[in-house]
Amino acid sequence: MAMLFARSRNLVSSLRQNLGLSAILIKRNHSSPRPVFTNYQLSSRVFLDPSTSFRHESTAVETQPDLVQQSDHEDDAQELDFPGGKVGYTSEMKFIPESSSRRIPCYRVLNEHGKIISDRDFIPVSEKLAVRMYEQMATLQVMDHIFYEAQRQGRISFYLTSVGEEAINIASAAALSPEDVVLPQYREPGVLLWRGFTLEEFANQCFGNKADYGKGRQMPIHYGSNQHNYFTVSSPIATQLPQAAGVGYALKMEKKNACAVTFIGDGGTSEGDFHAGLNFAAVMEAPVVFICRNNGWAISTHISEQFRSDGIVVKGQAYGIRSIRVDGNDALAVYNAVRSAREMAVKEQRPILIEAMTYRVGHHSTSDDSTKYREADEIQYWKMSRNPVNRFKKWVEDNGWWSEEDESKLRSSTRKQLLQAIQAAEKWEKQPLTELFNDVYDVKTKNLEEQEVGLKALVEKQPQDYPTGFHI
Amino acid sequence: MWGILRRSAVDGGGFSASSLRRTRSALVSARSYASGSKEMTVRDALNSAIDEEMSADPKVFVMGEEVGQYQGAYKITKGLLEKYGPERVYDTPITEAGFTGIGVGAAYAGLKPVVEFMTFNFSMQAIDHIINSAAKSNYMSAGQINVPIVFRGPNGAAAGVGAQHSQCYAAWYASVPGLKVLAPYSAEDARGLLKAAIRDPDPVVFLENELLYGESFPISEEALDSSFCLPIGKAKIEREGKDVTITTFSKMVGFALKAAEKLAEEGISAEVINLRSIRPLDRATINASVRKTSRLVTVEEGFPQHGVCAEICASVVEESFSYLDAPVERIAGADVPMPYAANLERLALPQVEDIVRAAKRACYRSK
Repeated sequence: MAMLFARSRNLVSSLRQNLGLSAILIKRNHSSPRPVFTNYQLSSRVFLDPSTSFRHESTAVETQPDLVQQSDHEDDAQELDFPGGKVGYTSEMKFIPESSSRRIPCYRVLNEHGKIISDRDFIPVSEKLAVRMYEQMATLQVMDHIFYEAQRQGRISFYLTSVGEEAINIASAAALSPEDVVLPQYREPGVLLWRGFTLEEFANQCFGNKADYGKGRQMPIHYGSNQHNYFTVSSPIATQLPQAAGVGYALKMEKKNACAVTFIGDGGTSEGDFHAGLNFAAVMEAPVVFICRNNGWAISTHISEQFRSDGIVVKGQAYGIRSIRVDGNDALAVYNAVRSAREMAVKEQRPILIEAMTYRVGHHSTSDDSTKYREADEIQYWKMSRNPVNRFKKWVEDNGWWSEEDESKLRSSTRKQLLQAIQAAEKWEKQPLTELFNDVYDVKTKNLEEQEVGLKALVEKQPQDYPTGFHI
Repeated sequence: MWGILRRSAVDGGGFSASSLRRTRSALVSARSYASGSKEMTVRDALNSAIDEEMSADPKVFVMGEEVGQYQGAYKITKGLLEKYGPERVYDTPITEAGFTGIGVGAAYAGLKPVVEFMTFNFSMQAIDHIINSAAKSNYMSAGQINVPIVFRGPNGAAAGVGAQHSQCYAAWYASVPGLKVLAPYSAEDARGLLKAAIRDPDPVVFLENELLYGESFPISEEALDSSFCLPIGKAKIEREGKDVTITTFSKMVGFALKAAEKLAEEGISAEVINLRSIRPLDRATINASVRKTSRLVTVEEGFPQHGVCAEICASVVEESFSYLDAPVERIAGADVPMPYAANLERLALPQVEDIVRAAKRACYRSK
């Protein structure tokens, strides 16, 4: 209580300073902004406690409202006109609290045991679709496991898993149409997998061999495929957000029945591009679905050190964007939400924000050991008890659409296919030297042509300086 | 002549207000008015180039701060909003990082944005998108994602705008593979190079100069044709000579030409090369010229260390060393952030006299 009194005294002294400018205040009151705030139950209400000394100061304030009242009658307005529209006013000085007493709830369809909680907003999923979704989630798990091991064995230089986020990856992809343009961050290979990228193609990119569509230009996991409407992964964080707004704008201008869909993590929302991308998409009325994977960790930075807001969903309204918070480990909830979001984005030509709550079970990447900054128990809990793949599996099994036999067949065949893909990719030769100079520009410039000729001549002249089997 | 003076004073608009400088340059160009050929200001040249390209290709659109309603901070996009509507002439909120990212995204999706920076000094707030998203995408995606975007705006010093509005970015952008960097001088350069830039499938950084916007240049019938285009990567020999090669770009071309006049009076025949294209640099033309004259003076407005001049000197020393009769001379801006006071600003930038002195040094005619 004493602390509250102390705070009210500070308020009084600051008010006193303001009232000292009374001459200016009187003039300003005709047109000066009287702050208007939304009605939240407030601890600041105690400042208006008549038992405090605030009362005495308030008499000075009270003389001024007359002037305000007069101008009100003259204008005959309960509202004030400002650039940006009409704003109501209040004589009660209230600050919007920094956080709501209740966090925004997350939308959920299945409980932890894979049972539907309520089917009120549930979009039914056919057996075919459900089975495919489950198969792909399991495939993604196996793929992550095997590529991770390959990196540990030194066969590829780097890998990044999506363990724990399989539902977000697959269910979001299942809810989109193939014409929707995807701008990923880097933890969404499941979207590409759903769209038809093969395990061999994933392996080729990781090994940077001659069959890699990226022609060995990028480090592993930087997949991209025009054919699948999945833009090449780019390392700088959050740059894809304003780019997605640009893609959305292009789709809008060309009146296509498609939207841009872009992913970002909780950490990425701290970037300036997050602000620019969302703000712009709203102003341009671009059809973009922003999906934030709030998995609790940005390498070693926990979300409590990343922002002080109630996650990311509350930021949507600040930009004038319709938003929803979803249980990211519930495949059906993610499917429903993304499907609805996509409809709204395309039909109403507006951006939508989805915050998918989840947990990053794996390390940030193969360059990270997360046991150094978080408890092993915590990781185990999320891996075992809150596993999105198991949860969806229960629902699919309960419907009689999946059996243990199907399970072991899928896992072993996928594993075998992956091991073969890796072996093949490893053996495949690397890109020839000519690929060093291609694609810098649409057409090679003269200086690049000269450099290529020079390098070829050098390799031919001094083969002992280059590895055996080096291709020109 | 008074008509020209009045016109250039009115056409002004935009930020800095050295109207005196503008009327002086109008007087200079008024001299050539008597020849009877058509004239065009750089501003009109740029405006007509954008207009024609937008008319020819519906995918081309303009984006930037104040480009629409305000008719452009420097009136380069005047009249375009009325003609093409707000979807194709887009007024952006104040976020260079934002609208550059959006432009790149739109280019990824197949549109052809022309992004205006109010000055290239503000492009630093967007430089990650220019370099990591635009410049490198075609290479990193192995040709799957090309970025047919143009970044344009005033570059380098204006008049009395201080350190944060006066830096030259030619050297910065020209060091990046994946970008093309152009710097027009005359109205013909402006038209031909901007049209080429908009049509080019690669990202292009187009460095204009605020003080040149109001300057009038004679322009040929060929250049006025809507299909006119200049090749990217070719320099232009503005004035032929045999004693010393002076290479430069943008506003300094005008200074170099004046210096060449002065040198001619003293019997030195200077060859002035207008680079036009900073990346790719036309090393062939530069070296051919130096092999003819045996002497090199390179001029630029920007900071001296790691500048465009440094690259040209290196190229000439590497390829034409045995042809040189004198050490290469570099004239650049002073190695200080641009001061505001007019007298200090003048001292911080190369002047005609500096170029004359350097040429004479190269010819062993003075110390």
